[in-house]
Amino acid sequence: MSSDDVNKGRRRFLIATTSVVGGIGMGVAAVPFIQSWMPSARAQAVGAPVEVNIGKLKEGQLLKVQWRGQTIGVLRRTPEMVSNLPNVDAVLADPESLKADQPAYIHGEERALKPEYLIVNMHCTHLGCVPQMIPQVGPQPFDDNWNGGFYCPCHKSKFDLSGRVYKGVPAPTNLRIPPYSFLDDRTVLIGVSPQGAV
Amino acid sequence: MAKFASSVSKQAGAMMNWLDDRLPVTKFWNATMTGYMAPKNFNFWYYMGSLALLVLVIQIFSGILLAMHYKPSAEEAFASVEYIMRDVDWGWLIRYLHTTGASFFFILIYLHMFRSLLYGSHKAPRELLWVFGMFIYVALMAEAFLGYILPWGQMSYWGAQVIINLFGALPKIGEPLTQWIRGDYFISDATLNRFFALHVIAVPLALMGLVLLHLVALRENGSNNPDGIEIKANKDADGIPLDGIPFHPYYTVKDIFGVGMFLILFCFVLFFWPTAGGMFLEHDNFIPANPLVTPEHIKPVWYFTPFYAILKAVPDKLMGVVMMGASVMILFFLPWLDRSPVKSIRYRGMWYKVLLGMFTIAFVRLGLLGMAEGTPAQTWEMRVWTLVYFMFFVLLFFLSPGGKTKPEPDRVTD
Amino acid sequence: MKKFATYLFIAVLFLPMAGATALASGGAGVEHSGANIEDTASLQRGAKWYVNYCLGCHTLSYQRYNRLAKDLGLSEEAVMQNLVYSDAKFADTMDIAMDPVQAEAWFGKTPPDLSLIGRSRGADWVYSYLRAFYQDESGSWNNTLLPNAAMPHVLWQLQGIQTPVYRTETSESGYTHEVIDHFELVTPGTQSPEEFEETARDIAAFLDYVGEPAKLQRKGIGVWVILFLVLFTFIAYLLKAEYWRDVH
Repeated sequence: MSSDDVNKGRRRFLIATTSVVGGIGMGVAAVPFIQSWMPSARAQAVGAPVEVNIGKLKEGQLLKVQWRGQTIGVLRRTPEMVSNLPNVDAVLADPESLKADQPAYIHGEERALKPEYLIVNMHCTHLGCVPQMIPQVGPQPFDDNWNGGFYCPCHKSKFDLSGRVYKGVPAPTNLRIPPYSFLDDRTVLIGVSPQGAV
Repeated sequence: MAKFASSVSKQAGAMMNWLDDRLPVTKFWNATMTGYMAPKNFNFWYYMGSLALLVLVIQIFSGILLAMHYKPSAEEAFASVEYIMRDVDWGWLIRYLHTTGASFFFILIYLHMFRSLLYGSHKAPRELLWVFGMFIYVALMAEAFLGYILPWGQMSYWGAQVIINLFGALPKIGEPLTQWIRGDYFISDATLNRFFALHVIAVPLALMGLVLLHLVALRENGSNNPDGIEIKANKDADGIPLDGIPFHPYYTVKDIFGVGMFLILFCFVLFFWPTAGGMFLEHDNFIPANPLVTPEHIKPVWYFTPFYAILKAVPDKLMGVVMMGASVMILFFLPWLDRSPVKSIRYRGMWYKVLLGMFTIAFVRLGLLGMAEGTPAQTWEMRVWTLVYFMFFVLLFFLSPGGKTKPEPDRVTD
Repeated sequence: MKKFATYLFIAVLFLPMAGATALASGGAGVEHSGANIEDTASLQRGAKWYVNYCLGCHTLSYQRYNRLAKDLGLSEEAVMQNLVYSDAKFADTMDIAMDPVQAEAWFGKTPPDLSLIGRSRGADWVYSYLRAFYQDESGSWNNTLLPNAAMPHVLWQLQGIQTPVYRTETSESGYTHEVIDHFELVTPGTQSPEEFEETARDIAAFLDYVGEPAKLQRKGIGVWVILFLVLFTFIAYLLKAEYWRDVH
């Protein structure tokens, strides 16, 4: 076996080329297998957007639906509920929802596309329990100055009627708002953002 | 730039030293790769081992991914396979990898074993290497049989029915044994679930352990070669075999090329012909298992058909099972049946070439006949080739010590 | 001598077997369909025929409507309006409302799901089966590919009604019996024989697709994979040859 006349340069080049081409091949080949971990067509079907008929929803009534394993609340707020929202700001941790998990097209204190309807992810942002809705304004066992909202029995977190979290409770952030849009005046589509919305 | 490069390599060197002080990494590399001398005259037949290792990795990889979506219950198994084929992103690719891999595993192993028959790689001092290989082969057959029941199609169910019922042929212990294997009075969810556990973890662990033993045994004596002479017989002043070359880089680069060629063939089947006309994926297995309807034609997958033909050839149920078992077991004894003074077919007499040729024809014909319906004419042909199959070993035993041989060379030829 | 021995060896290996082999494709009565899953228009027609004539009894419970839309180049609207007659949603599978218990009462057994018939029997069989219905002497439907099956000829209005013409066959032992020689169309349908052949072909192609939707993708991907591997193997070969110059 001769080791003279070894063209080291050519060898290095060929090793490098083989490694690069092989590496690219393995990298590209890895993609389908990593992709196979993504939600399957069945998971996507089960997690498909949910149409909610709000035509029969009465003022002050809360409707709960399931979307992607989450309980989503659809609340038809009274005008008083909506106008009362600014009055609660002082006791809220994040009244302007700066740190909240909500779509970019959700603004303001109403945290909704149409102020009359609050569509909100009902899971407490502390550890996931579903709070009770206590809409009445007035003293409650857990709060002398209750302005109506959601109260979580697990660890006593409090949220207002826009799902905004109170100061001094275990939950760190406002209730999440899922992507949603209105198909028409009577139908909300939970899981799909409005056309052209950023 | 040069300073940066040299400081990087100095760091790398320091890290290797830290590692080597705690784990024999460099020692192992030198012993198995750069310092392991292999004969320089390996030919086509010597690709199969490394390729089989590649397919083992493919099977484990694709198998793990499949197990993320597959449901091992009689209720859900069939549907879960279709779920993988349709709903899981790239699931069809993972499934075909596994089925194509299974068949290619056997193609490679049969070629790998044939190499041994050509060049005497099973002969002393490599008897144990051969025996470990045989254990791998038997474990592989078990793994394939267990795996085939998992899709719970008609062929899964009825193939299992036939094979498990064979155990019932054993006198006295037969019936209780089949119940014990099935975990039920008939093939059911209990059977499927335990076959799943065996297929996914028990047999793979055994396979990996056996492959390790096989490689350690190989390293102990070094590899044989197409001329069947021991390269260690001719060493240079430093004790390096004259006809040896370090495994790395020569056989690493050669095997990488071999992998490329193999993957072209493998991917051709995978993407363009995954069912292989019903041989790799049987048509009847696209029908859910139905205990009330027996398929017209129950047959195992192609890699079992030679032995299945031997089973069918024998008219008596128990003797059929015994002969089928014997046809596999006899291979274990090959190192002691083959008493030839020379290893390689190149230097054996014509009689061996004829014998091996007949054996090969017998094996292939039995394989084809095992797939067929079994008409009376076919049954007679199966009997003829079964006889040829066993006669290979008998004649080998008696003819090999005195058979005419050609003089072996001192040094390997190309 | 060596060459002769090699050829003889190969010839003996693959000698045709005495009697029919299971490897032979098709079987009695199965004709070549010409079904082509690359013909998207054919698949669309096949989908239409299937949904209108077959889906009432035979589920395609592994096929999703949205997958159908994507593979056949149809919009969600087109699918929901033309192919969905139940309250199924776009992402749902093609199941039916018929209760399997009732089906068994009406037909004697539940009509099987046909998602995989393209793989278990093949497109040619489906094509031949749809054209092999005839009205026998008792006035009920029969089929040469599945004798005495409970399935009626759902497409009879398209094909028309055909009756068998028999011939006498004598077996080796001298036993004579009647065998169907060919069919005669006694009542024409709304389609000509050629049109009906196309209908049967479209349904066969559709079921071939449903059997393995991934077939539409895998060949295209395969070409790229093989091309890449050829490139890689060539480079690997150069590397191997370069190092092996050392070895003499």
